Amino acid sequence: MSLWDHLPVLVVIVPLLAGPLCVLVERPLAAWGVALVAAWLSFAAAIVLAMQVADTGTISYELGGWAPPWGIEYRIDTLGSYVLLIVTAIPALVLVAAKESVVSEVPEPLIARFYGAFMLAFAGLAGIVATGDAFNVFVFLEISSLSSYALISMGKDRRALTSAFEYLVMGTIGATFILIGIGFLYMMTGTLNMQDLAARLPAVSDTRTVRAGFAFLTVGIGLKLAMFPLHLWLPNAYAYAPSAVTAFLAATATKVAVYALLRFLFGVFGFEFALLEMPFDDILMILGLAGILTASLVAVFQEDIKRMLAYSSVAQIGYMVLGISLASTTGVIATTLHLFNHALMKGALFLALGAVMYRIGGVSLRDFAGLGRRMPWTMAAIVIGGLSLIGVPPTAGFITKWYLVLGTVEQGLWPVAVLVLIGSLLALLYVWKLVEAAYFEPVPKGAATVREAPWSMLLPIWLLVGANIYFGIHTEVTVGLATQAANELMGLQP
Amino acid sequence: MSPEQLLTWIPLVPLIAAFGVVAARANPNLREGISIGAGVILFLLVAGLAATIDWDAPPTLVMATPVAGLSLVLTPEPLGMLFALVASLLWPITTVYALGYMRAHHEDNQTRFYTAFAVSIAATMCIALAGNMLTLFVFYEVLSVSTYPLVTHAGTEKAKRAGRVYLGLLMGTSIGFLLLAMVWTWSLTGTLDFTPGGVFSDEVSGGVLGILLLLYVFGTGKAALMPFHRWLPAAMVAPTPVSALLHAVAVVKAGVFTVLKVSVYIFGLERIEQLLVAEWLVALAALTIVLASTIALRQDNFKARLAYSTVSQLSYITMGALLGVATGAIGGGLHIAMHAFGKITLFFCAGAVLVTAHKSKISELNGIGRRMPWTMGAFAIGAISMIGAPPFAGFVSKWYLLSGALQTDQVIAVAALIISTLLNAAYFMPIVYAAFFLPEDDGQAHASHGEAPLPIVLALSTTALFTILIFFFPDVPLSLVQQMVGG
Repeated sequence: MSLWDHLPVLVVIVPLLAGPLCVLVERPLAAWGVALVAAWLSFAAAIVLAMQVADTGTISYELGGWAPPWGIEYRIDTLGSYVLLIVTAIPALVLVAAKESVVSEVPEPLIARFYGAFMLAFAGLAGIVATGDAFNVFVFLEISSLSSYALISMGKDRRALTSAFEYLVMGTIGATFILIGIGFLYMMTGTLNMQDLAARLPAVSDTRTVRAGFAFLTVGIGLKLAMFPLHLWLPNAYAYAPSAVTAFLAATATKVAVYALLRFLFGVFGFEFALLEMPFDDILMILGLAGILTASLVAVFQEDIKRMLAYSSVAQIGYMVLGISLASTTGVIATTLHLFNHALMKGALFLALGAVMYRIGGVSLRDFAGLGRRMPWTMAAIVIGGLSLIGVPPTAGFITKWYLVLGTVEQGLWPVAVLVLIGSLLALLYVWKLVEAAYFEPVPKGAATVREAPWSMLLPIWLLVGANIYFGIHTEVTVGLATQAANELMGLQP
Repeated sequence: MSPEQLLTWIPLVPLIAAFGVVAARANPNLREGISIGAGVILFLLVAGLAATIDWDAPPTLVMATPVAGLSLVLTPEPLGMLFALVASLLWPITTVYALGYMRAHHEDNQTRFYTAFAVSIAATMCIALAGNMLTLFVFYEVLSVSTYPLVTHAGTEKAKRAGRVYLGLLMGTSIGFLLLAMVWTWSLTGTLDFTPGGVFSDEVSGGVLGILLLLYVFGTGKAALMPFHRWLPAAMVAPTPVSALLHAVAVVKAGVFTVLKVSVYIFGLERIEQLLVAEWLVALAALTIVLASTIALRQDNFKARLAYSTVSQLSYITMGALLGVATGAIGGGLHIAMHAFGKITLFFCAGAVLVTAHKSKISELNGIGRRMPWTMGAFAIGAISMIGAPPFAGFVSKWYLLSGALQTDQVIAVAALIISTLLNAAYFMPIVYAAFFLPEDDGQAHASHGEAPLPIVLALSTTALFTILIFFFPDVPLSLVQQMVGG
């Protein structure tokens, strides 16, 4: 077997090994270098994998040469390769910007460990996507969660500690639920391989155990996903974590949880059981809509911009959940598209907040007064990212809105379509609050002169901003992959 | 150049100009030179396209395909061609005017101003030449965003609040209603192309079509149909060249243009005529015409009076489109051009008075015509054209609108047209009278002024001249608009 055949595992192994290596080299700059190289290698591997999947279809990789169902199978299909692209691209870009911002936000002795934890979280997230084994999902979930707790607690603000603890409690409950759910499924089917589970579950799906397992799994994933009303840990965790961590987690962690939800609902249980037999589609729709509206509304009244965008994330998760609840191809396309597009917008926005934090030292609304003149490039990025969040054409956000509204209209769900659009208008409100502060408020008296952010920050920010516009106009790749993935997910069922 | 090449360059020229303006920010004369030069080139390109185009096989330019089966595409069509001609002709004239205005008024941030202006023109060109509803919508939104920095140019608290109303109403309606209408149409018919006779099959029920029409018409906030008109008076906080070109021509005409396109090419006039909802909307447009004119009558602020007059005149076009007969649509299409020349002249005059005499209230204008004969002379011409009297442009379109209304026996539309003509006269003529025949007030602060700066006089005389010329030579707009209905 050549190196190319090992790509499915390399995507995960490279960051996993880079983690301890970062801690071993100890010097901040060296640790950063190791992390950066590993992240870009992993990203390159993900690109090649995506091309391989596009050429030859789903890739199945036997870990250690053990054939499934005895060994662990890594299984990369279109959806997997697509999510892997996001999960590897975002940390690769975040790390470029992280060098400066981490030095200013994390105490120096901790920096090497910071990068170590960062790479472990990265490996965990990539692992969840790559693996085809249900128990393995849990293991990687724990790797990524434990390291995220550590990452969040390294924030400058002392409240980071309590919010990391809050997240730890909620996250552990979620992980336990997932473990219980997987255990129930194993009990009934005797297998942990997702393909096998999918084949064997229909025969026993009418049992209370499977249903209980289903409930545990979905609630557990819902916690990780920060699905309304299980989102309470998220705003604090995002608000107090170091900027680089927020950008990384906001753009990847919740996306991976959505992926896991899609995987279990469509790939393991099958959407007929998951959404139609269990009344889960209605539950998801109500929770999704409630998330969109309440979280957007709460976001409008936030003074801390990081927290505002965190609530916006909860709302955006609502859109993804809503797409799933439609139980139609268009709905799943909308969800998978938003997975990608939302990573682009939130990545850009949180990185830009990191730049503001780096120069101004805070990201509450009053710190933004007059920022349009002081940091024009950063603010312009925030405006474009915000427009994408609202869903203004020609940005990526518009494409998602289009498919989501189309999905609801196709099923005649008018009120839902209207609520989705109201959600967009709420986004207009909270984004514009920021724009008005930055361009209309005068610079506070006595404020130190501030220069534009360093190019190492502007470069990844503007790459993501550019991607927001590019994928709003040229959608062959995103819509193509999302359509293919949705067809595979929906087609799995006979 | 081939029509395809012309079509490619039309949106590119103003975009390149936007970059040129930024690059030349250190040298104001070069900067404005770029804007004017680009404007002249743009008009030549559009005119060249209009002259050489073969309406049976119009050129198309596919820019991208963001949604499967749905492209961003430019395809000229007669009405759009007319809109593009008007907007591109008035851009260089407005830039000449702006050159005089912005410098005489000592405005800040002029580079940002000219850049956003050029981007807005590029968006307007794409709206005018849009080949389907998606393209139109995309650039409609781009236009809303790119005009925001122009509206809020002053950067004051008042400008900020106006910006809120502006963007809130325009984006609120377009995202809330227009997007929904578009997605609904797409899911019903699988096409958003502008198709002569409309896109809906006979299976689509009248009730659904009625709701769709409501969504489309209210979704087009730029058409300023009541109750979604408040953004237009709010936008008057912008510098006068913006009010003149964008809020009398480009932005507002993009709105009524959308309404016309939707009625002619998405619904089809025959369908519109059968819809009960269309009659309600005609009544609402009639109400807007009369109410806005009445409000205009009570405005003492010069630009506010013009803004409410625009709200009223825009509903002429909306009404013409929704009458559901060819004559009405022709009248509406013509009025896009006719109102443009008249209203831009009026705004130019209001701005000229502001920078020269520092007066923004109508009650202060007594006797000003003797000091500024060119300006107030042009104002008189624009005003009479607005009222719709010959021999000025406004007469032609009003004639068609009135015959369209008579054809459909919609008494309310006929009545609105007649009443508003009287109201138009009532709110414009006193200004002309006061300017020329009343004695000047004593003890004024800026008593020693004369005529406005030369670029301003040049611009407003040119547009006034056009309102006369079009009355005598209405062939170009008329043939284009007839092509729209007949072809």
